[in-house]
Amino acid sequence: MADNIKKPVRELENVVIRFSGDSGDGMQLTGTLFSDTSALFGNYLATFPDYPAEIRAPQGTVGGVSGFQVHFGHGEVNTPGDYADVLVAMNPAALKANTKWVKSGGIIIVDIDSFTEKNFQKAGYNNDPLTDPKMKDYNVIQAPITSLTQESLKDLNLDNKSVLRSKNMFALGMVYWLFDRPMDFTNKFFENKFKKNPVVLEANKTVLKAGYQYAESSEALQSSYSVAPAKIEKGIYRNINGNVATAWGLLAAAEKSKLTLFLGSYPITPATDILQELSTRKDLGVKTFQAEDEIAGICSAIGASFAGHLAVTTTSGPGLSLKTEATGLAVITELPLVIVNVQRGGPSTGLPTKTEQADLLQAIYGRHGESPLVVLAASTPSNCFHYAFVAAKIALEHMTPVILLTDGFLANGSEPWKIPEMKDLPDIKPPLIKEGAEDYKPYKRLNDNMVRGWAVPGTKGFEHRLGGLEKMAVTGAVSYVPENHQVMVNEREKKVEAVVNDIPDLKILGEESGELLLIGWGGTYGHLYTAFRELRKEGFKLSYIHFNYIKPFPKNTAQILNSFKKRLVCELNLGQMANYLRMKFEGLSFLQYNKVQGLPFTVIELKEQIKKILEGK
Amino acid sequence: MNEQVTLQPKDFKSDQEVRWCAGCGDHAVLSAVHRAMAQTGIPREKIALISGIGCSSRFPYYMNTYAFHGIHGRAPAIASGVKMANPDLSVWVITGDGDALAIGGNHFIHVIRRNINLNIILLNNQIYGLTKGQYSPTSFQGQISKTSPFGTIEPPFHPGELTLGAQGNFFARSLDYNVKLTTDILVEAAKFQGTSVVEVLQNCVIYNDNAYGYINDKAYKEDRQLILEQGKPMIFGKNNDKGIIMEDMQLKVVKLGENGITEKNILIHDAKAQSPLIHWMLAKMNFPEFPVAFGVIRAVEEDTYSLKMKRQIEYIQKNSKIKNVDDLLRSGNTWEV
Repeated sequence: MADNIKKPVRELENVVIRFSGDSGDGMQLTGTLFSDTSALFGNYLATFPDYPAEIRAPQGTVGGVSGFQVHFGHGEVNTPGDYADVLVAMNPAALKANTKWVKSGGIIIVDIDSFTEKNFQKAGYNNDPLTDPKMKDYNVIQAPITSLTQESLKDLNLDNKSVLRSKNMFALGMVYWLFDRPMDFTNKFFENKFKKNPVVLEANKTVLKAGYQYAESSEALQSSYSVAPAKIEKGIYRNINGNVATAWGLLAAAEKSKLTLFLGSYPITPATDILQELSTRKDLGVKTFQAEDEIAGICSAIGASFAGHLAVTTTSGPGLSLKTEATGLAVITELPLVIVNVQRGGPSTGLPTKTEQADLLQAIYGRHGESPLVVLAASTPSNCFHYAFVAAKIALEHMTPVILLTDGFLANGSEPWKIPEMKDLPDIKPPLIKEGAEDYKPYKRLNDNMVRGWAVPGTKGFEHRLGGLEKMAVTGAVSYVPENHQVMVNEREKKVEAVVNDIPDLKILGEESGELLLIGWGGTYGHLYTAFRELRKEGFKLSYIHFNYIKPFPKNTAQILNSFKKRLVCELNLGQMANYLRMKFEGLSFLQYNKVQGLPFTVIELKEQIKKILEGK
Repeated sequence: MNEQVTLQPKDFKSDQEVRWCAGCGDHAVLSAVHRAMAQTGIPREKIALISGIGCSSRFPYYMNTYAFHGIHGRAPAIASGVKMANPDLSVWVITGDGDALAIGGNHFIHVIRRNINLNIILLNNQIYGLTKGQYSPTSFQGQISKTSPFGTIEPPFHPGELTLGAQGNFFARSLDYNVKLTTDILVEAAKFQGTSVVEVLQNCVIYNDNAYGYINDKAYKEDRQLILEQGKPMIFGKNNDKGIIMEDMQLKVVKLGENGITEKNILIHDAKAQSPLIHWMLAKMNFPEFPVAFGVIRAVEEDTYSLKMKRQIEYIQKNSKIKNVDDLLRSGNTWEV
């Protein structure tokens, strides 16, 4: 095909691309640049990185493969996509790790230069995988990415290592042509990033263009595709992942409560980014404290809360376990505290970089004694902002610790987010006791919500003692009186239950009663909602609820659950929410669909399960 | 902390009944704390006292200030949070040998390393009292206790050594019954900018009675205690005739008047010396070879954690374009639809 003949362009509704290579190949950057370009282009999109726990596993091995998946569309996009339409595999290991995630008939772009005997061995192939008959199911594009990158840069005075580092941009250029994307945004990114290094700037631009031109003239690519912009609500947007959204939601809560934000935390995957993000926000007066361990993280936060700050600690599974004793201290001292738990695969070190929802019962019950607190769960990367804000609002206004559950999928996944304005967020009014107030008693309940007053050190006249020993009702003096313990245990439980007055009702999608109610919570929203939407489109009848407020449940929960013949709870554990619902709503039965592979659900598997139930199989 | 008030020791007593055993050394320390706080002139509402778990950690309930009874070993971490949140408070930590050096060892060394401006009072009775008599990390090797019926087989920690090893800037030692000395030291600790560790050798009358009898014995105490004073020669003894000299890079006890030794040969105490070398030797001195050193052994001021945190935040705030959350949300890559 001659260069001057324009290839046909085909319209597509939605596309999923997976970029994969060695963990040092720059696949996360490649994916991010493609996502940003698509977002600017006006598509809906969702992304998810899939990276190994090892920082640099041996080169060329399957264990060292790093991937980045992006799903973009003209139509609604709620997940990063189950299976890819296009796979970019920079080496045989990337092909081996990802072929199973490519749709039959999909395009696989490989860097043929890396398909050598040595690399086959490293990847664990006995011979050239491209000769496997199964490859006939795909449209494999064998692009000499490494050699063409070298060729295009031969006139630049650049060492071979730097040359090879830009080969990911060749692959990106190819994909840009394939999906008819403009290159200006990426070029602008280079100009900004390599301001001080004009040779590298030139190299990246050149390689990107070379990839684009190669795809344009390659006989193997018969057509390009176009994914039209979506009809998106007007506003200012940005891409955001769950961890940054969580950090920013906490900042918003600090501003609305007029308190200083204090974060005491210890680095742990996949929660570390929240600590890192807030550490850069000294400009907003945040005090971040990288403690010597998880326990010091939460204890310093409890100290800061005692002294009147909006106090937060962030962690993931093993860290939540370490914090349990101190969490009980926050419960009995009735101090506001936000505990963010970014769930990952467990038990123990488990699957540190993978997602799971198996900390639910630990969040609700995982402490000694009767130790109630509020449990919330965010459900999309961007609504981590909202639920972090709400977690802080509830903690401060109800004088209680709140556990906010997110997970590895939300934390690292990103999506475009319509930026809110601070004036539209509600004020937060903690029950601070000001000097001159009358008759302060540390454990006197101020209102029907059973909230106690917060007199912070420095406030004259209200000096008092808090601590882990049981408190006398009202006065807060140490008390071993048996009847008083009962009173205080009841009061703490009632105080947490009273939060129900400040949370919205569950929203039901679909009919308000019927045959089947689909139930989810937390980070599985995108997949469950997509399965629900597609099944409805196919004519199936079902309704859907998704829990963000878990303890306490919204007021209308029982009424909704009772309006359906069957209830199906889908979650990434062995059935913790299903069991919790059985206990809370005695007599109701719940079907379960569970998965614990460190991976999100696929929409396809969810639809299959739901159809089975609807068709009575 | 500029505000000064005139208060009496009794103003710091709470209305709670003190529940330590009769004869427990903690009573004397509580009295010293009440006196020291009155002397500092810091108003009650500006004082926060944080404890962990153990007999000594019941302290908060006997104070008429803000106070917090935490969980085992974690008082330094809780207190760090209080001080970071409000550097204007005078923050005290009450802890014991088990609380600070066993379960809370990690927090103890890190709070010192960070130089957070706390006053840590470590009541060292070389035993677990609240759990009724098990050996502690400061019990001497061979000590008989309920969990070491045949004697411990582990060497003890010395709080002074740990403090200096963690780059501590203030270490002092007192004895429970010497309320005057404890009070004076606590006033110094309160004034000191940085983490101050005050070890109080304290008698557990029930489970480890007379553990410090060799130091307290009325007949010998002047010979077995060296009370250090800044700028003064290290002279001790019933007749003020003994002193400490440095010889071959080692401390040595000498007798004045013997072998031509005069006061001029005796080491002058300098708690403000940058090098912790002599401080470390003094903290380590023990019976029977040496007298045990009391008083402020080291006091070298450096910028505190809170001060550095404040400076950093102010600097970044002055130089950042982001002034509020709206600015932040609109920073970086955004696009309009």
